[in-house]
Amino acid sequence: MRIGFKGSGLKGFAVAAVLALTGLGFGPATTATHAAQPAAPAAASTPAATAPVAAAPASANPELAMDGAPAMTVQPMIGQPTDGLYGLQPQVTENGRRAHHFHNAILVPVIVAICVLVLFLLMWVVFRYRASANPVPSKTSHNTVIEVLWTVLPVVILALIAIPSIGLLAAQYKPAPAGAVTLKAIGNQWYWSYQYPDNGGFEITANMLKEKDQVAAGERYRTAADGPRLLATDARVVLPVGVPIRLITTSMDVIHSWAMPAFWIKLDAVPGRLNETSFTIEKPGLYFGQCSELCGARHGFMPIAVEAVSPAEFAAWVKAKGGTMPTPGQPSNKVIPQPGADAADATATTPEGIVPTGNSALENTTATPPVVTQGATSTAPVGNVGR
Amino acid sequence: MTDTALHPSAFVAHDETHHHDADHKPGFFARWFMSTNHKDIGTLYLIFAIVAGIIGGSISGLMRAELAHPGIQYLQGWASLLHGGSASLDESLHLWNVLITAHGLIMVFFMVMPAMIGGFGNWFVPIMIGAPDMAFPRMNNVSFWLLVPAFTLLLASPFFGGAGNGWTLYAPLSTYGEPGPSTDMAILALHLAGASSILGAINFITTIFNMRAPGMTLHKMPLFVWSVLVTAFLLLLALPVLAAAITMLLTDRNFGTTFFDPAGGGDPILYQHLFWFFGHPEVYIMILPGFGIVSQIISTFAKKPVFGYLGMAYAMVAIGVVGFVVWAHHMFVTGLSVNVKMYFTAATMVIAVPTGIKIFSWIATMWGGSLTFKTPMVWAIGFIFMFTVGGVTGVVLANGGIDDYMQDTYYVVAHFHYVLSLGAVFSLFAGFYYWFPKMSGKMYNELLGQLHFWIFFIGVNVMFFPMHFLGLQGMPRRYPDYPDAYAYWNAIATHGYEIMAGSMLIFFVNIIWSLVAGKPAGDSPWGEGATTLEWTLSSPPPYHQFETLPKVD
Repeated sequence: MRIGFKGSGLKGFAVAAVLALTGLGFGPATTATHAAQPAAPAAASTPAATAPVAAAPASANPELAMDGAPAMTVQPMIGQPTDGLYGLQPQVTENGRRAHHFHNAILVPVIVAICVLVLFLLMWVVFRYRASANPVPSKTSHNTVIEVLWTVLPVVILALIAIPSIGLLAAQYKPAPAGAVTLKAIGNQWYWSYQYPDNGGFEITANMLKEKDQVAAGERYRTAADGPRLLATDARVVLPVGVPIRLITTSMDVIHSWAMPAFWIKLDAVPGRLNETSFTIEKPGLYFGQCSELCGARHGFMPIAVEAVSPAEFAAWVKAKGGTMPTPGQPSNKVIPQPGADAADATATTPEGIVPTGNSALENTTATPPVVTQGATSTAPVGNVGR
Repeated sequence: MTDTALHPSAFVAHDETHHHDADHKPGFFARWFMSTNHKDIGTLYLIFAIVAGIIGGSISGLMRAELAHPGIQYLQGWASLLHGGSASLDESLHLWNVLITAHGLIMVFFMVMPAMIGGFGNWFVPIMIGAPDMAFPRMNNVSFWLLVPAFTLLLASPFFGGAGNGWTLYAPLSTYGEPGPSTDMAILALHLAGASSILGAINFITTIFNMRAPGMTLHKMPLFVWSVLVTAFLLLLALPVLAAAITMLLTDRNFGTTFFDPAGGGDPILYQHLFWFFGHPEVYIMILPGFGIVSQIISTFAKKPVFGYLGMAYAMVAIGVVGFVVWAHHMFVTGLSVNVKMYFTAATMVIAVPTGIKIFSWIATMWGGSLTFKTPMVWAIGFIFMFTVGGVTGVVLANGGIDDYMQDTYYVVAHFHYVLSLGAVFSLFAGFYYWFPKMSGKMYNELLGQLHFWIFFIGVNVMFFPMHFLGLQGMPRRYPDYPDAYAYWNAIATHGYEIMAGSMLIFFVNIIWSLVAGKPAGDSPWGEGATTLEWTLSSPPPYHQFETLPKVD
C-alpha cells in the first residue's frame, strides 16, 4: 500500500509537469481542437451542400441545422484526441468506463510501482555497492527464500490483475439483447460504408472530408463544424443513445479495423467474416475514430465519425434516410446483404465508392462522396465478388 | 584445424613467416569470402548488422521527420525521387507504408538477429564452451552469405513499387491487395533470411551439445551460451512456420491458391495465426541473447558470480517454452472467441514471472558486489531498467479487454520499442563495448562510450516515452499524417530522434578512433570479475583457439 501511495504521488507530479508543459509550449494547437466555431462561414462556403437543402425542407434531414451545416459539433476533449494529454480518452460506454477504471486504478498504479521499485533497487545497489564503498565483493549466489519470494509474489500480483481482466473480457463479450440497433460497418479501400439491416437496410457511405485547399472549386470540404482534420467525414454514422448497439464488421477487400476510442471498441473488419460486438452509448455527442489495421496507401484517411443522438432523433434520421423502425418484438425480416455472396450487393459492383441509396435526393444534401481511385498501390478493385 | 579448402596457393598470404599454425590466416578473399572461421564470420555478421542498422535507423529518421508536424511534408518529394518524376499523392502515401515495412524488416531480420546470434553468438559461443570452432564451419559461412542476397532483395524492392504491407505481411493486403514484384521480393528475402537462421540454429545446437570442453557441463555453461541455445531452439521451431506461411502467400499471389482468400475457402486470420506462431517466439529470439549478454556483463563488473544461476538459465527456457503458446495476444481484435481471449490473456501474463526472476536476479547479482561502472556496465544497467518499463506495458497489453483500445495504437509502438530499441539494442551496445577489446585487441574510448550511453539514453526516452501518451489518446500506428491533436508529443518524439542520432555519431567516431588509435587491450581488460574462457585468450584471440582443449573444473 505504501507503494501504491508512492505511485499516485508520482502521478500527481506527472500531471503537474504535463499541465505546465502544455500550458507553456502549446497554446495555439490546443485551442485549435476546441473547435466549436460558428457554423455560418461553413454554410456560406459550401454551396454544393446548401443548394439542395434550400429546395427540400431543412427539417427533413435531422443531421443538418437550418443553415445546412451539421447540427452537432464537437465538444472539447470528448470523442476525439486532445493535444498534450497523457491519459485515455473519456469513455461513454459502460464497458469503456469499466476498462478505463481497470487501466487507471489497477494497471497503471501496479506498473508504476514495479518500475519505481526496480529503479529504487538499482539506484540503491549502484550507490551502496560501488567499488569504492564495497571493495570486497560477497560470494553469495543463492538464497532460496528470496528466489521463491520473487517468483510467488509476481504470480499473486498477476492473478490479482487477471481477475478483473477476465471479468472485463466476459463483459465485453455479452451479446446485444433483443431490441438492439444493428450497425454493419463495411471496410473498403479507403472508406467505410454502413448498413442498418434492422432499419430497412439502407446504406450510407462515409468518406473523409478533405481540406479546403485539397478540393476542386465547388466540392465540399471540411469545416470546423464537421470536426477535426483527418477525423471528419462527409456522412456520419447516427446511433441512438441508451439503446444497445450491435456492431457487425466485415470488409470488401483487405482487413480494416473499426475503432472508436471513446466507446472502447476496436474490431477488425475481415473479408469473408462477420465480427460482432456490442455497446451502449451513454451520452449524446460526436465521436471520432480511425481505421486501425494497415489497409494500403490511404490507411490513415478513412476515419469514423459517430453522431449519438436521442432515440427520437435517431428514428427521425432513419426515416429521412428512407429506412424504417422495427416494430418492437418483431425481428427484422430484412435480408442482410452479404458481401461476396451475391451480385445484388450494390457496394460490390460500384468500386468507385458511390452507393445508390433509397433516397438519393437526401443523400445529395450531405455530399457526393469524392471519387475514390484505386491507383495508390495500382490495386484493381478487389471486392470478393469480382473474383 | 587447418583450412583444407585452401590448396590453391593464390589464396594464401605469404607475407609473413610461418610462425604458428594457429595464426595461419588465409589471404583476403579466402579469409572474408570463403570463411570457415567462427570469429571472422562473427565479424562479418557484426559489420553486416551495423550497415543494416544504419539503413534501418536512417529510415526511422525519415519517418520521424515526416511525423514531426501534422500534414504531409516530405513524402511526396521522396516518392518523386524514387520514381524519377513527380509522384502522385497515393504513391507518396504508399511510400510511407514501404518505409514502415522496410524499417521493421531490416531492424528485426538484418540488424538485431545478425548482431545477436550471428555476431556475438558466432564470436563467443565456441570460445565460451572451449571449442576450437563451430560444429559446421562451412555451413556457418552459408548462413552468413544467405543474408546478403536476402538483404539485397529487400533493399531493391522499393525500386519495383515497394512492399507496403508492414513487417507482418498480413494477407490479403499482401496477396491480392498489392500486385507487382516488390512483395514477392520481400517474401523471398524473408525466405533466405529464414533459411540462414535455421542453418545457424542447427549449427549452434550441434556445437553446444557436442563440442563443450571437458568439464564444461550444461550447468556450468555461461548464461550467454544458455541464451543462444534456447534462442537456437526457438529459431528451429518457429522459422519453418514462417516459411510455410509466406510460401502460402507466394502461391496465393502467383499461382492462384486461396489459402488466405475467403473467396476460395481460405481465411485471412489463418495467416495471422501462422505468422504470430513464428512472430511471438521471434521477439524472444531478439531479446534472449541480450539477456545472456547482460548476465555476463553484470557478473563481470560486480565481481560476483550470477545470482541464482540455475533459476536464470531455466527462466530463459521457461520464457522460450511459454513464448510458443501466447501468440494470439497479437490478434485480440480479430474476432477471437471469448474463451480464446481469456486463455491468451492469462498465458501471456505468465511470461512476466520468469522475466521478473531475471530482473531481480540481475539486481541480486549486483547486491553485495564491488561495482565498477565502465561503459558496458552502464548499458547493462540501463537495459535492466528500460526492459522493465517495456515489460510492464507488456503486462498492460496482455489484457485482452484493454486491447480493444490499445491494439494498433502508439502505445504498442512504445511498448515494443522499449523492449527492442531500448532493450535489445541496449544489450547489443553493452555487448559491443564489453567484447570490443577482445575482438579488436584495442580499448575503446571510455569517455566517448559514456557520452554515447547518456545521450542515447536521453534520446530514445524522449523519442519513445511520449508515444505512450499518443497511444493513450488513441493515435493509430502506421499513419503518415495524424489529427492535429497529436502534434505536441509527436514533435517531442522527433526531437528525441535527433538526440539519439547525435549519440550514434559519437559511437561511430569511437569505433573508428579506437580501431585506429585505441590502446592495446590486454588479455583481460575487465579484471578478476571476467571469468569466462574468452578472457583467457589473447586480444584478439588467435586465428584458431584451443588447439588443446581447456579443462574446466
